[in-house]
Amino acid sequence: MNSSTQDTKSAEGQHDYSLLQAERGSSLWRDAWLRMGKNKVAIVSLIVFIITCLLCFGFAWFCKDPIQQNLANKFAAPSGEHWLGTDAMGRDLFSRILYGGQVSILVGLVATFVAVTIGVTYGAISGFYGGRIDAIMMRTVDTLLSIPFLMVVIVLQAVLSEWSTTTSKWIVENWGWNKEFTNRATNVLPLFFALGLFGWLTLARIVRAQVLSLKEREFVEAATSLGLSRLRVLFRHIIPNTLGPTVVYATLTVPGFIMYEATLSYLGLGVESPNSSWGILIKEGANYLETNPQLLILPGILFSLTLFALNFLGDGLRDALDVRASKD
Amino acid sequence: MSYLQLIDLKTHFPVKNSEPIRAVDGVSLEIQKGEILGLVGESGCGKSTLSRTVMQLIAPTGGRVILNGEELTSFNPSEVRRRRLDFQMIFQDPYASLNPRMTVFSTLAEALRTRQPELKGTELNQAIAELMERVGLDWRYIRNYPHEFSGGQRQRIAIARALAPQPKLVIADEPVSALDVSIQSQILNLLKGLVADLNLTMIFISHDLSVVRYIADRIAVMHFGKIVELGESEQLMENPSHDYTKELLAAIPRIRDRA
Repeated sequence: MNSSTQDTKSAEGQHDYSLLQAERGSSLWRDAWLRMGKNKVAIVSLIVFIITCLLCFGFAWFCKDPIQQNLANKFAAPSGEHWLGTDAMGRDLFSRILYGGQVSILVGLVATFVAVTIGVTYGAISGFYGGRIDAIMMRTVDTLLSIPFLMVVIVLQAVLSEWSTTTSKWIVENWGWNKEFTNRATNVLPLFFALGLFGWLTLARIVRAQVLSLKEREFVEAATSLGLSRLRVLFRHIIPNTLGPTVVYATLTVPGFIMYEATLSYLGLGVESPNSSWGILIKEGANYLETNPQLLILPGILFSLTLFALNFLGDGLRDALDVRASKD
Repeated sequence: MSYLQLIDLKTHFPVKNSEPIRAVDGVSLEIQKGEILGLVGESGCGKSTLSRTVMQLIAPTGGRVILNGEELTSFNPSEVRRRRLDFQMIFQDPYASLNPRMTVFSTLAEALRTRQPELKGTELNQAIAELMERVGLDWRYIRNYPHEFSGGQRQRIAIARALAPQPKLVIADEPVSALDVSIQSQILNLLKGLVADLNLTMIFISHDLSVVRYIADRIAVMHFGKIVELGESEQLMENPSHDYTKELLAAIPRIRDRA
């Protein structure tokens, strides 16, 4: 924009102050987006991730039933019927990979969403109100962080798997949902629960630190001087300014959660066979590593590709958003 | 009667295992309506703490702030909030005092609607455009973000925001010290004009005596949390009585005559 506007007056005599006539500003988000557009790795990663999602959540519905067994046709080679062949139970591998992706990606996204919602609110309140509230809230986080995650997941899984079976039955009986679908959904609930319960802790700390520094900034004092309410100052002036680091952190947590899902499922603590997830596929594939390595390698490729893409995307976002003061 | 009255105002910050820091230590001042009072002193002498105490952003340790006959220091937070529109502040650093995620429009709309919550649509646009023109900004930049402006332009936005709630008292906390010298005089003239046009009362804080001399009617010199000298601008500059004021005056860099 023109750097010397001190003397420029708006069009003489014309008093049409419609916003459409105004120059369009460029928000920090837009700037970051444009900056990321120049980062080829990040854009390719974004495209890879979008294609994976489209395959898993769109194309999968046109594929074969991932649970349908056919013992007469196990370990089949790729063919027009079964694009990537079949597994040890004669189930279609391609379909299982896509359905497995649904679970894995959903676990990653939902757990991240839960973590961000709780983490941002918790951290913001803790940092903004400070004093005793802050001390109590942060000691709670410290305590939770000191509990071994894996142990809690094991306990939760033991407690909740019973519960999830009953819930599933209840839903099928009372709401008339499709039984298989309900089973599949409630099966992963304990996992969501456990991940959501622990995922927000680090984020709460990050946001709190952000808020602590932001609330001393002059624009927050200015907002207070205008007589705005405390909540308005918090939600309109402070939290929007914490979202940059939050977005970066969240993008990098998604692959973390996907990884957790795989680890837990591999250990038999997450999703259970015959339901599919990338962790389950890797676990099942590992059993036939010597005779039929494609059962491990094929799901592994998509799994790694997704994790790579998400990590590069997170790095790209960080580079794009963290150019603090570059324009000042 | 004076418009703003400070009586024995004190703001101390507690320090663990030590004496508290006496940032403001017994300041008494009276400011008449329409007056510009300059407040000078070196960095760390308590000028900014004093301004924030008057603004009710920091609670005073003792003393009273009386604005237009009402004792602000006796009110509870929600009563203070309702009166905030009458006293606004212009901050030192225009890079920090504007929310980087809000356009000029959002910033000014929020400030305008504190006084006139019913403003909407075209009327709101028009009010913002008028405000921007008043501080010398082209209204076509209404949808731009702070980082797209220069320091001087940002300070103009900050001034517009301070004026939006139609305040009677404006505290300017070193409003030009973060700006280039060439921009400083533009902003000073703008502030001087606004005080005259809008019948404002202003406390103008600076560490630069030459700036204060130009804009202020009276000057108060602050040293270690206390007002050590107070007088008409010219008189104080020509004829300082306190040692510290003399020191400050001597510190103004001058080009000496070769002869």
